[in-house]
Amino acid sequence: MAKIAETRSKSLLYLDGVSVSFDGFKALNSLSFVVEPGELRAIIGPNGAGKTTMMDIITGKTRPDSGTVLFEDSIDLTKRDEADIAQLGIGRKFQKPTVFESHTVWDNLELALNRSRGVFATLFYRLSGEDRDRIEEILSTIRLTHRKTELAANLSHGQKQWLEIGMLLAQEPKLLLVDEPVAGMTDAETAETAILLRDIARTRSVVVVEHDMGFIRDLGVKVTCLAEGSVLAEGSIDFVSNDPKVIENYLGR
Amino acid sequence: MITGFIFRALDGKIVAAIGILLAAGILVPALNLLVPPDSAFHIPTYAMSLMGKYLCYALLALALDLVWGYCGILSLGHGAFFALGGYAMGMYLMRQIGSRGVYGNPLLPDFMVFLNWQELPWFWYGFDMFPFAMLMVLVVPGLLAFLFGWFAFRSRVNGVYLSIITQAMTYALMLAFFRNDMGFGGNNGLTDYKDILGFSVQADGTRAVLFALSALMLSLCLLIASAIVRSKFGKVLVGVRDAESRVRFLGFRVENIKLFTFVVSAMMAGIAGALFVPQVGIINPGEFAPANSIEVVVWTAVGGRGTLIGPIIGAILVNAGKSFFTGAFPEFWLYALGGLFIAVTLFLPKGIVGTIQHGWNGRKAMKAAADREKGRDDTVLPQAAE
Repeated sequence: MAKIAETRSKSLLYLDGVSVSFDGFKALNSLSFVVEPGELRAIIGPNGAGKTTMMDIITGKTRPDSGTVLFEDSIDLTKRDEADIAQLGIGRKFQKPTVFESHTVWDNLELALNRSRGVFATLFYRLSGEDRDRIEEILSTIRLTHRKTELAANLSHGQKQWLEIGMLLAQEPKLLLVDEPVAGMTDAETAETAILLRDIARTRSVVVVEHDMGFIRDLGVKVTCLAEGSVLAEGSIDFVSNDPKVIENYLGR
Repeated sequence: MITGFIFRALDGKIVAAIGILLAAGILVPALNLLVPPDSAFHIPTYAMSLMGKYLCYALLALALDLVWGYCGILSLGHGAFFALGGYAMGMYLMRQIGSRGVYGNPLLPDFMVFLNWQELPWFWYGFDMFPFAMLMVLVVPGLLAFLFGWFAFRSRVNGVYLSIITQAMTYALMLAFFRNDMGFGGNNGLTDYKDILGFSVQADGTRAVLFALSALMLSLCLLIASAIVRSKFGKVLVGVRDAESRVRFLGFRVENIKLFTFVVSAMMAGIAGALFVPQVGIINPGEFAPANSIEVVVWTAVGGRGTLIGPIIGAILVNAGKSFFTGAFPEFWLYALGGLFIAVTLFLPKGIVGTIQHGWNGRKAMKAAADREKGRDDTVLPQAAE
């Protein structure tokens, strides 16, 4: 606990003693966890460890039973809803790629762009040159420039994952939560995605939940291993993967 | 800002549809009023009013398409907004009867005299003024939609649950309006109208103007609906339909988006009801019947949801078919309607207009692909970047 208190002053995201249970099942059990500004963090853990529940709590989808969730040291996220939290600057990529399939790639990014999101602002919105440049820039970051006029439904699985990451970028978040970004990707796509995420993490914090140990090794960042709703181990990939508790609970299975 | 908003609405199909509607709005009354009754081109007044009724139904289907086709809210209670708009108009028409009623009471409509009421209920005040009544045509359905939507969308009632409570809403209203002590004429509703703005509701000229107004209001609402769905807001709407949680996690307030659309749609349904009542000459609680609202869903599905023009075509075709069948083979109409819905669901799941559009886009895509094969990639222009 003392360690967390020290890091608190400069944290971007701060979770302390967060617990939540569903019908008696403790999904999170006094989870404590800190992300610093500009950090890229990987989270691993067996199924049911609470990885997705943790993201649900950070993004306002689920309310914790107890515990503290602070953004930028001062904003209590447990009091906000999803739209509020997204506007504060937390973007989230779902496990299953979720893009607007009946819109073009371009429109997907236009909708995600960090502009006023009120009813009348969107009714009378006109695409400005600045917005156009930003969309083009994101298109090239996510390597989809050549497909910008196509419907998102026609993209490959991997390209949908990238488009969703692109939509998060368009939101200009301070913190990106990315749930299994390389599930179902080819090895080449996985390697590309590692480069893309490291690129993104240069300007903002990223938290990646992933099962693919090769991918996490590619990322080369600090790893947190969750099990049964709390942190089991934290450190470099080699340190975590040699931890006997981690081997017993996760890797050894 | 507003002009940009409206200009965006004017794509080819919408312009064509509005052109046809406005032409019909001029031509049909002209053929009724100017062509002598013995001519082959004469349109009798009853036929004109019948077509006017179809246009009102088309406007109702358009309103439903906005919430169902674009926002994914399957409302099974849109008939309620239509009926409320109709009652607002009916109340104005009742107050215009004045002392010409059967009981000759200058203030109270006949049914109130019959029930031994001594004074006009407070909610009937103001309905003798046309502008006030027209305001209520928008406000009453809009307010109900706002209150209903406020609670339903905030509590995230979705999908089939929302459909069921909209159905319950219209059913509850039907039961309420059937009661005599509600003050809306109970079972018999409001009828026996005499005149509107001083013109006899029976006169050919009045009927012609009502028809033309129906065509005009349908065109106007089509224009507004088109402007809405082609704006960034409209793209968000489709996003809500296809991936609601994604929209929410992008920072949009989904409940406000749905609420705005639901209220606009309810107001359009109210306008449709208000134009319907003087043309058919009666409004009664039967208009709140759940089956009516479900029929609107059938028209919209037949025409093609999410196309705006499809529901208009669907409403006109199905109702023209209904007029024909109920005249020629009255006992078969319900079978025909049921059969039509099954056939459309099985063979034309996108509806008439949806299927045509799909075929058209498919051909365009094939052509573009063929062009790409030939190495003429530059023919594919970045549309969205215009």
